[in-house]
Amino acid sequence: MSSSSPSPFRAPASGLVALRRRFFALFRGRPETTAWTLVGPGLSWMLLFFIGPLLLMLFYSFKQRGVYGVVVDGYTIEHYLRFADPLYLGILWRTLKMALSCTIICLLLGYPVAYVIAAGGRFKNLLLFLVVLPFWTSFLVRTFAMIFLMRDTGLINTTLLSLGLIDEPIAMLYTPFAVMAGLVYGFLPFMVLPIYTSLEKLDPSLLEAAEVLGARPVARFLRVTLPLSMPGVAAGSLLVFIPSLGSYLTPDLLGGAKQMMIGNLVQNQFTSARNWPFGSAASFIVMALVLVAVVGFLRKRDAGPGSVL
Amino acid sequence: MPDSTSRPVIEFRGVSKTFGAFKAVRSIDFQIEEGEFFSLLGPSGCGKTTTLRLLAGFETPDPDGGEVRIRGQVVNDKRPYERDLSMVFQSYALFPHLSVERNIAFGLEQRKVAKAEIPDRVAKAMEMVRLPQDQFGGRAPSALSGGQRQRVALARALVVEPPLLLLDEPLGALDLKLRKEMQLELKELNKRLGITFVYVTHDQEEALTMSDRIAVMDNARIAQLGRPEEIYEHPRTPFVARFIGESNFLEGRIAAVEGELFRIDTAAGPFQVPAVSGRAVGGAATIALRPERVQLSPPGQGDPAFNRLPGTVVHIVYRGENLHVRVQLPGGAILTAAARNEGQLRVPLRWTVGDELTVSWNPLDGHVLEDDPA
Repeated sequence: MSSSSPSPFRAPASGLVALRRRFFALFRGRPETTAWTLVGPGLSWMLLFFIGPLLLMLFYSFKQRGVYGVVVDGYTIEHYLRFADPLYLGILWRTLKMALSCTIICLLLGYPVAYVIAAGGRFKNLLLFLVVLPFWTSFLVRTFAMIFLMRDTGLINTTLLSLGLIDEPIAMLYTPFAVMAGLVYGFLPFMVLPIYTSLEKLDPSLLEAAEVLGARPVARFLRVTLPLSMPGVAAGSLLVFIPSLGSYLTPDLLGGAKQMMIGNLVQNQFTSARNWPFGSAASFIVMALVLVAVVGFLRKRDAGPGSVL
Repeated sequence: MPDSTSRPVIEFRGVSKTFGAFKAVRSIDFQIEEGEFFSLLGPSGCGKTTTLRLLAGFETPDPDGGEVRIRGQVVNDKRPYERDLSMVFQSYALFPHLSVERNIAFGLEQRKVAKAEIPDRVAKAMEMVRLPQDQFGGRAPSALSGGQRQRVALARALVVEPPLLLLDEPLGALDLKLRKEMQLELKELNKRLGITFVYVTHDQEEALTMSDRIAVMDNARIAQLGRPEEIYEHPRTPFVARFIGESNFLEGRIAAVEGELFRIDTAAGPFQVPAVSGRAVGGAATIALRPERVQLSPPGQGDPAFNRLPGTVVHIVYRGENLHVRVQLPGGAILTAAARNEGQLRVPLRWTVGDELTVSWNPLDGHVLEDDPA
């Protein structure tokens, strides 16, 4: 660059450049402003597309229901009271049982998988790859695949029939089993990955210390490995429990009407039943339950050293 | 040498360990006696930690890689919990989810010590390492300083009253002052409790201070094994002479045998060293000489019974308690002499760069070294 032409960075400001410079000067040397600048875009997004609709739903849940599915003037708590009906409580109870069972099954199936992957060996990367592989296809497509697998003329039944092991198809589709199979299949990776992460971080010298102090493999696992992988177990359990509590696609496609879960109830209220206020109220009841469960769980976990969870 | 009447607690017989293509330990042999403070000393990568891990049971010797014996019994395939020993880890390896007390109690619980006995023994162990129990017992390891963690790790290892305690650079993370204190405490515990200590360190001073015997390791082998004074006074190879303390190395040729001495001819002139067997007249030899054994005198002076060579001062390094005077000998070799710092007021610093002088040393202070193994 010749000395006659001044640096472009020092050129006299005009128009947009000046505006931009003055804008960024606002943040210079003020950490809290910088933080807000960084958080801002994400926060705005959440306010607009999550908090906004949520508040709208809260508002709807206290409104009178109009004849054609719209809301009319006047406020009421009848939608919340209506939820006390045994029909709805039954659905809620079934949903909680399903979500909890799904979490426990995922834990029992997922922990050993995570343990083997974390133990290393030649196939570590391949195994990790296999765990995340299902995410490459849409959940909907995978659920349909399970229908083809489990229906009366599906792969399992035709195989068993042709082998002569059964005389008539086993009814699998539209049973609680099908729903549970679908839920566990869908959420298992969310259990495996956090547990794998916490096992991976485990300092091998802690295991050696346990061994040298006299702990045999089972004791070593129960006293050292398991407690230290609890953060992963907790994270995995939350990541499985919460979405399975709210799932509606799996019970809808694999369970049929008899296996309705709370997600299907909400969906029905907003679509075919055209009862938006009740749908909103049901959503908020579930959300409140999840919140209480999660907070209670986390507080128990953070109780300090010496506690197992 | 170890007392031949007592049976060794630990015995390595031709033990080798290979990781892939890397030979971590090559056919090493040694024995450790009951109650001994035995150190494995060497630079990083020399195989000392692998040797300790072979002893602990974390590693197994190669299939035809010799025997590790504890009290006469071959333990090659025994797991650590079957070996009745204890260990202090370099990183301390305290269980982060357990309080200090629960950490210390861990080994007792695993070894099925009666429940009623445990609190008492934990209390005694904490007292032994001088950690007040009411203050530290309930804390998490993360709430302790490095020195305190070190004490907890020691208490946890000692509370099970192991006949054998392995220590893997346990003082490495401590500051110098605390390290010196802990060195003396460990040595004292070793003698008071009668426990055999096997100690891994790369710090030669630490090994010299604490050990009954030292195995100096180099390149996956034991370069020399002996009492601290043997190793310091009679280093066998250039590696040991360089690694333990400081040494001058003089290259020459064995010119003649004169009684119990060799006469060595060098470019700087002839001198004498104690004769060693297995060396023929006419062969090349490397002679090691400690700087503190070298005396400096005005030209032509110095004890006539000593080896004397002329030289010129080329460099003086002030080191606090002593001065290192580097002297160039005829032929170019540099010899370092450690001169005691006697204070400028009483004896003015006698030498300056460029001075001509005579270096002299007792012929018995030089050593003909063996070659380092390939």
